[in-house]
Amino acid sequence: MSRVVSLAVPTRTELLNERAIARTLARMASEVVERSGGTDGIVLVGIQRRGVELAYRIKRLIDKVERTNIPCGKLDITLYRDDLQTIGPKPVVGETSLPDLDGQTVVIVDDVLYTGRTVRAALDECTDFGRPRRILLAVLVDRGGRELPIQADVVGVTVSLTPDERVDVLVSELDGRDVVQLARGGE
Amino acid sequence: MTAAAGLGKDLTGLEPLSADQIRLILDTAEPFKEVSERQIKKVPALRGKTIVNLFFEASTRTRISFEFAEKRLSADTVNVAAVGSSVSKGETLVDTARNLEAMRIDMVVIRHGSSGAARFLGDRINSNVINAGDGKHEHPTQALLDMLTLRDRFGRLEGLKIAIVGDVLHSRVARSNIWGLTKLGAEVAVCGPYSLLPRGIEEMGVTVLPRVEDAIQWADALNVLRLQLERMTAGFIPSLREYNRVFGITSERLKRAPRDLLILHPGPMNRGVEIDSDVADGEHSVILPQVTNGVAVRMAVLYLLAGGRPGSPAAVQGAEP
Repeated sequence: MSRVVSLAVPTRTELLNERAIARTLARMASEVVERSGGTDGIVLVGIQRRGVELAYRIKRLIDKVERTNIPCGKLDITLYRDDLQTIGPKPVVGETSLPDLDGQTVVIVDDVLYTGRTVRAALDECTDFGRPRRILLAVLVDRGGRELPIQADVVGVTVSLTPDERVDVLVSELDGRDVVQLARGGE
Repeated sequence: MTAAAGLGKDLTGLEPLSADQIRLILDTAEPFKEVSERQIKKVPALRGKTIVNLFFEASTRTRISFEFAEKRLSADTVNVAAVGSSVSKGETLVDTARNLEAMRIDMVVIRHGSSGAARFLGDRINSNVINAGDGKHEHPTQALLDMLTLRDRFGRLEGLKIAIVGDVLHSRVARSNIWGLTKLGAEVAVCGPYSLLPRGIEEMGVTVLPRVEDAIQWADALNVLRLQLERMTAGFIPSLREYNRVFGITSERLKRAPRDLLILHPGPMNRGVEIDSDVADGEHSVILPQVTNGVAVRMAVLYLLAGGRPGSPAAVQGAEP
């Protein structure tokens, strides 16, 4: 009996703990500024849901070092997905609120980069809101497995995973704690 | 059917829906409000879907509202009005719809003078069918936008007291409102001349208030129905002036209300008949916010129905009680 139960329980490995996430985000913040050629015209845009929290953290990290107040927005890409017919509607469409993007260096922030389809949708949505000078992509975890020719400019950690493995990013604002886990099997 | 299953194939009315399904539509409408405020008022959610707006009865607001909703979701739309189409040559409803379906459409929005027309059509074609008003039966998207507007202003629907005033007998708006509001825990009263109140309306779970003064004392919000002018010639009321004197919503009457009443009206208004101009344009009128919310609610309905899989068995059996 106990053996059956243990098989059903997915294995979880911790990839980043709280302190490692803090260090990674600090490095990502400075890379974002570096890649943007300074803080002028940077706009951070987080993808709902956990990308939003990460974008605001990167904003605070940059603001602290550079003494700036970088505009930060949130983007829900549900209505730009290409799979409404196959997955059915996702009832909860989150908030989209963006600062002016025209002529800015927009940094899209998400927690995990996998197939690239979410980023494709985010690019479409961003360009409907304005004409950024440039768009960069910053992700906490790049797990490989792209289905589109999309790459990140700033990456926290890179791992190579198979389709039955999953990366769970938990952030204290929503989940009560900061941790990045690899999960295998189970739900 | 569970809430997770969405809405099924058609939206024929609020009577067949559960409270959870109605809440799902209202909650889904929230983010769509913001889409209409964007500079580019368009999202690609329904790209490649073809929607036919099949209107057998006159409509300005509802038809345009549906059309905006469809276009803002990137669907392709065709408008068919009864006048000037083969309907005027005697083609039946089902034949018209089957011919449209043969052109590979995905959805039909129908307004029709016969009660039950939307259900009838939905049971016979594979496309999603949305009722935009059928006879005296239901006008679900109007009730949904009324409910969304009420929820915006009061923050809730549970426990709210809504009085529906006027020609309840001929009103599909009233019927859909009664179903929707009572399912979500609001209290509903109807008020109007006895000749314009259906017999046995109490069985729908509403209170009948014979005097408009009583409704004003009791309610948090008034939903003022349009007096369909053709009713006067049919002998339901003595005269428009008489109606205005006894049932008209005037600022004089509202002054005696114990609280500020929110004023809703589905339009088009007969100013000076069922509602006075200073009330319609007054600070407690939400008549124009209702119109704005109409687009968001219709976007939500289109989006939720499009995500369902047309032709799946659960969807096709649908509404038969």
